[in-house]
Amino acid sequence: MLKILKYSFYDLMRSRWSYVYFLFYLALGFVLLFLNNDVSKAVITLMNVIIVLVPLIGTIFGVMYYYDSKEFTELLLAQPLKRSSIFLGQYLGVACSLTLSLVLGLGIPFLLYGLFKSDVIFDFSLLLVTGAFLTLIFTAIAFNIAISNENKIKGFGYAVLAWLFLAVIYDGLFLMSLIIFEEYPLDSFSLAATMLNPIDLSRTLILLKLDISALLGYTGAVFKQFFGTNQGLIIAILMLILWTVLPVWRLVYKSKKKDF
Amino acid sequence: MIQVQGLHKKFSKNQVLTGLDLDIENGGIFAILGPNGSGKTTLIKIILGMVIADKGAVSVFGKPIKNKWKYRQEIKYLPQIANFPSNLRVRELIRMIKDLRQQTSEEEQLIELFGLKPFLDKKLATLSGGTKQKVNIVLAFMFDSPLLILDEPTTGLDPSALISLKELIQKEKEKEKGKTILVTSHIMQFVEEVADEIVYLLEGKIYFRGSISELMEKTTQTDFEHAIAAIATKTTNA
Repeated sequence: MLKILKYSFYDLMRSRWSYVYFLFYLALGFVLLFLNNDVSKAVITLMNVIIVLVPLIGTIFGVMYYYDSKEFTELLLAQPLKRSSIFLGQYLGVACSLTLSLVLGLGIPFLLYGLFKSDVIFDFSLLLVTGAFLTLIFTAIAFNIAISNENKIKGFGYAVLAWLFLAVIYDGLFLMSLIIFEEYPLDSFSLAATMLNPIDLSRTLILLKLDISALLGYTGAVFKQFFGTNQGLIIAILMLILWTVLPVWRLVYKSKKKDF
Repeated sequence: MIQVQGLHKKFSKNQVLTGLDLDIENGGIFAILGPNGSGKTTLIKIILGMVIADKGAVSVFGKPIKNKWKYRQEIKYLPQIANFPSNLRVRELIRMIKDLRQQTSEEEQLIELFGLKPFLDKKLATLSGGTKQKVNIVLAFMFDSPLLILDEPTTGLDPSALISLKELIQKEKEKEKGKTILVTSHIMQFVEEVADEIVYLLEGKIYFRGSISELMEKTTQTDFEHAIAAIATKTTNA
């Protein structure tokens, strides 16, 4: 598997898009820091960008890479290699190179700015960790959609729809249900609904760490009670891991049954 | 070497193989023939584990291949359509396959034989169909394995490359006793020259198996190409 990972990774590192993605984060980091002059505010703005953009890029890159490397996959399938290692290697190659672009692109400007001297280092690391998780999760979802759809256009469409649903529509439905059922106690419902969407989960996790939960009102207090504790943090991270493992497991399962 | 029993395969609504049985013993060149869509490539891909059969059992080297992958170490495979990652260079591709297989290889002679030296630093996307097929042949032949599977090896080759390919196949056969080669082709002249035995697939089953002379006797034809065409038409009449 490591060999496939190596080749996929090198292949992506040579492609222009990895650099575009890296340079984008680099520019974003520099602009935010030097225009804002405030690391905590920069972290919040970054969070808003990351929470939407990272899943989108992960989805699109994942689908594109899968369809693009079809020939490579077919070549590998005739070699003495395990099917699961071929697909896991390719998946990790994409996810790792995207994560690397994110971490380096944001890390460099923050390091230059003097991150270690400021006290937001923990918030910033949490931002990078959730960014990495979101990349892993959405690349895995994209690979899942691509492996189940022979037709490129269909696969691409479903992948973008999946992103749109989790990033935008889910929140709308969530808010609507809160309004409709406002007469009922909704604490545990909103906690569960947040847990079930990796984007919402990441957002809540970062917001609460940034200590601006007062903005969120009563629900914020409930959330703070839950996520603010170490136990809540551990459960949230576990949920993110589960969100990563499930699609990866399905990818391996599907790859074993597919005809090429 | 290869045992296939009761193989069934359906692609959505298209039933390709319907209870195919095949037993290929050690040694010799076997030509798998049949009209378009008769399941030649599917059979080969099932033997290689790229396509998973709905029913039936396949054993290669005496062991069932289900969920196995190590046996492919002993197989050289030449795919029908040479699809390669397009942004790789020829040299990088050869190095990569060598790295993945970790076997001794002799690609130098083959590159020389097919005149691929000037293309080594070119990207695969820029190569012509015939040149890609030559690269394909080099990749398949550079390792030494007891089983060779060639799916339409002649596609796009120029006459001199075709002669080299035939010599290569003959050499493989002579190199050690017991080497098995499976070939599919629609070029009957090529099949007539290289094959020891014919396996004719029709409607997902083996319709005929035997030597070329047996086939000609059966169909009462004097010409191989006509004999092959005759078995196909005979069934449609029957």
